[in-house]
Amino acid sequence: MTKPKCVMHSLKALLAAALCAGSLVPVPHVLAQGAANALPERLRDTGLYAPGSTTQIAPGVLAFSPQYPLWSDGATKRRWIALPPGTSIDASRPDAWEFPRGTRLWKEFSVGRRVETRLIERLQDGSWRFAAYVWDEAGTDATLASADGLVLNVTSERRYTIPSRYDCLACHDGAPVPVLGFSALQLSPDRDPLAPHAEPASGVDLRALAARGWLRNLPPRLLEQPPRIAAATAVERAALGYLHGNCGHCHGKPDAVGASVPVGVLLTQSAVEPNSAADVLRSLGAASRFRAPGVATAAHIVVPGSSQSSVLPFRMRSRDPRVQMPPLGTDIADSEALALIERWIDHSLQSPKESEK
Amino acid sequence: MSASVLKPFSVRFARLSAAAVTCAAIALPVGAAETPAGPQTDKAARGKYLVTIAGCNDCHTPWKMGPTGPAPDMSRMLSGHPESFALPPAPAPQGPWLVAATATNTAWSGPWGVSFTANLTPDQETGLGKWTLRNFVDTIRSGRHMGRGRQILPPMPIPMYKHMTDEDLEAVYTYLRSIPAVSNRVPEPLPPAAPVAVNR
Repeated sequence: MTKPKCVMHSLKALLAAALCAGSLVPVPHVLAQGAANALPERLRDTGLYAPGSTTQIAPGVLAFSPQYPLWSDGATKRRWIALPPGTSIDASRPDAWEFPRGTRLWKEFSVGRRVETRLIERLQDGSWRFAAYVWDEAGTDATLASADGLVLNVTSERRYTIPSRYDCLACHDGAPVPVLGFSALQLSPDRDPLAPHAEPASGVDLRALAARGWLRNLPPRLLEQPPRIAAATAVERAALGYLHGNCGHCHGKPDAVGASVPVGVLLTQSAVEPNSAADVLRSLGAASRFRAPGVATAAHIVVPGSSQSSVLPFRMRSRDPRVQMPPLGTDIADSEALALIERWIDHSLQSPKESEK
Repeated sequence: MSASVLKPFSVRFARLSAAAVTCAAIALPVGAAETPAGPQTDKAARGKYLVTIAGCNDCHTPWKMGPTGPAPDMSRMLSGHPESFALPPAPAPQGPWLVAATATNTAWSGPWGVSFTANLTPDQETGLGKWTLRNFVDTIRSGRHMGRGRQILPPMPIPMYKHMTDEDLEAVYTYLRSIPAVSNRVPEPLPPAAPVAVNR
């Protein structure tokens, strides 16, 4: 494995890198702005592990797996959450849970070995902070990464990007709540069997959380009839779920915060609003604002029966940075998801009854 | 074009291009800009002042030849690269002449490809009409299109402007909402003519 290189944000860095290609460029440790207190330099000090360990999870830290995981170029991921003792999540707004101050979530990324663990923490003033820890090659511990991000070469052919703080915000700050994978829909006991890259259920779902006392004010009907995307077919359910988990945090409903991207594309699903699937389908039927480079005419986001004519799979497949969707966090197109989306557009969306036969 | 070519250059040349823009702002006359007043309390007026002295018109308003030389065409103020302006292929960047610009100052060619300046007017379909203040602030802070999309390319001096205060960004946004809307769909950027070696 080659040594990490700092993402170059200056001409000076560029020149230094050009002169010392392949050598280690010093990585400044820049703490997240707005932090009330300094982030620990070592992952082992963030509360994820039992004292003295970087493998044994600390008591009270729960592992979970969302039913619609984010595509991360095939990296294997594990996720955990911890609440301060005696606290709970206010679940009265099923699509925007209110997490107690002191909540911490971790996500570990492995590509052959552990490479990175990300931390999201809610501070006492109610704000959130984001950090990334980079594992050493031996896997003994992970060190706080620069807020400017890093690029690692984990193999001779595989580049791995540690996100900058603003890259963290690009996804997590666009949604009503910056916690994306721990929600009523993502933890529904009624898990989608066709979800791309579905992981085994962790046992931590809505009912388990309610029984544990972690949720308060959860509408009782969500326990009786767990959230499920109201799609016409099983394929459509999985397709809309994938778009929710991978795109919905930016392509959400316009709200008072005004953070969703202003392109009129709605890809987020609601755990309680019965029309959310229909709203998404209506949005996808519109003409896209996007113009492929060198092309002046508009195309529709989704053309039922013709994935070849649809902007959605075109941008999902591309890794041209001017075209690709999502625009960050991935260098490799998700072939499994593309197959699902194309199947949905070409068959399920065109003739739902036929496709279910 | 591959991601490994464009992404590093979009970051690397941001500083370089910012310096170029700063120089341009100093060297070129901004004929139609009004004389800035002193400290302003009105947000839009403050925004107008900031837009004027920060050189936004230098690239986002197409230039045309006038009686005293090239100057921004204020009838198309801040509407970005004209969509009707057909261009031949850009010259390949080489040697010390790394960056080229069109006579309008709205299309820039360099190792990152060709970038076209955005329509900053409040037109609903082709400008910032649907953008919220949050979208605008996130864009300048992150250097990503709409705050969450692709990286903004040179010569937009994001590395400098991202240090603007929230108050100043809100003033600029307020002013940009107040100017005449111009329908002008700016083209998407073009890739580099040929891959450029990153490390030598």
